[in-house]
Amino acid sequence: MSVEVIKPGLLTSLQDAGRRGYAQLGLGRAGAVDEPARRLANALVGNNGDEAALEITLAGPTLRFQHDAVVALTGGLIEARVDGQPLPAWTSCFVPAGSVLRLGGMRHGCRSYLAVRGGFDGTLVLGSRSSDLHAGVGRAVQSGDVIAIGEHTPASWFRPGRTMQALRWGLDPQPWLDYAREPLALLRGHHWQALDDASQHALFNQRFMVSKDSNRTGHRLEGAPLQLRHPLELISEATLPGTLQLPPSGQPIALLAEAPVTGGYPRIGQLAAVDLPRLAQRRPGDTVSFRETTLDEALQRLTEREASLQHLLQRIEQRLESA
Amino acid sequence: MTFPLADIQIEALAEDAWLLRFGQTIDGAVNDRVHAAAAKLQAGLDHVECVPAYASLLLRFEVTQWLDDDGRFAAERLRAAIAAVWNERSLVDKPAREVSIPVCYDGVDLSDVATHAGMSTEEVATRHTTALYRVAMLGFAPGFPYLLGLDPALAMPRRSSPRTSVPAGSVAIGGQQTGIYPQDLPGGWQLIGRTPMRLFDLAAASPSLLAPGDHVRFRAIDQGEYERLAIDPGARP
Repeated sequence: MSVEVIKPGLLTSLQDAGRRGYAQLGLGRAGAVDEPARRLANALVGNNGDEAALEITLAGPTLRFQHDAVVALTGGLIEARVDGQPLPAWTSCFVPAGSVLRLGGMRHGCRSYLAVRGGFDGTLVLGSRSSDLHAGVGRAVQSGDVIAIGEHTPASWFRPGRTMQALRWGLDPQPWLDYAREPLALLRGHHWQALDDASQHALFNQRFMVSKDSNRTGHRLEGAPLQLRHPLELISEATLPGTLQLPPSGQPIALLAEAPVTGGYPRIGQLAAVDLPRLAQRRPGDTVSFRETTLDEALQRLTEREASLQHLLQRIEQRLESA
Repeated sequence: MTFPLADIQIEALAEDAWLLRFGQTIDGAVNDRVHAAAAKLQAGLDHVECVPAYASLLLRFEVTQWLDDDGRFAAERLRAAIAAVWNERSLVDKPAREVSIPVCYDGVDLSDVATHAGMSTEEVATRHTTALYRVAMLGFAPGFPYLLGLDPALAMPRRSSPRTSVPAGSVAIGGQQTGIYPQDLPGGWQLIGRTPMRLFDLAAASPSLLAPGDHVRFRAIDQGEYERLAIDPGARP
């Protein structure tokens, strides 16, 4: 079973939970930049969660399904039609063999996730199917690609037919999709103290704009330049997704899923992990502001988010089974 | 949040990552301690990933593995676990592996490096092959080794304008360090030679030719041997 890529969209790549255990060799995790959205998309098609989904950036691909398939679309709100008929997002949908799914422009957010029952069966490299465009592992999806779909049992909640079907229920994207209103929680970084007084204040008070020069490695943030009291001579040390670096330009870079494993720029902040998908869903031209958080608060929000996500994943599974 | 453990500093870099800092300099002795600590912690702690750098070590863990019964993060328990591993004498670090890397010293910047060092190109190659290097860390790109141990006479600043593409296998000098480009990459280091060895191979069981902490020695080869070895770039010494 497979899907044929007719048009690739702006930047579409296969992403799973990421590649773990190779950071010491210079290879980061990659994986979906909005991991809760990817997990929820997988849950809505009855996958166990490890499967790769398509991560779609701003403008979507056109795909032909060569066999009946069950799909779900989460993340950024994107125009989606199956043979002209609107495909609802955040729910489970049946698409018949031969149908064409056209994903258009994204009305809100920056990344959507398309999961398919069985998972997209991309090449497994070092334990993961995630493309790491920064590291040169895998590549973006191209026209003419045929992506295999993993083995799976038919979904019990659909009776295969000739037309697209959708469940009567779906998820509310609200708690999971950022509507770009709230400031994002930021921990002080190791070199925050090295910022001058005005820049320390500005980091938590000014608005930054996400630059169009942003990608899966990081968002470049534009605003009044931040300055250090004195230049710092640093030696490279570990960086992570969510690390806010300050290069000499004074315009911070917020690292995302394809963060390099080490870096030598001052680290002025670390985004709370729960707000990392929110940052990743802000698109070029969107503004972003930060509020200061503590490690305790960030940990508490993370464990609460994980608990509510687990709860929701279980409820989806139960509801699909009882359908 | 920083607190001392013996004479190292621990910084919570993120919810699931602590940075253990051993010093503030690029220094062989400090880096030796980093690798000894990495070997110990990797062997002694479950569910952690260690990422050594020059003078620091990132410990990445699964938050869910370190929660107390009330669901709060067990920072003290993790710290105690690190301390226990630290003091565990049976976890001695293995002797470093030594890897020999053949290099054809005909890089486009070799004569510039020789001029800068005030010596002949042959002398540059001789001094570069004489030293024993340590893989301080891998980074920049998968499999790119930052090697400590360069003869100070060969140190040379990076090029003022980086090249947009440096060919895979290029052996280069950047400041006090030397390194090898594992794939075609942009880069500003001075290119002194090239190796036919493949440094990073995704299809291999262990994808990187070098691991952090390895010792490296370069061996000079001529163009003929380079061509012979390049026929089978997957061959490893």
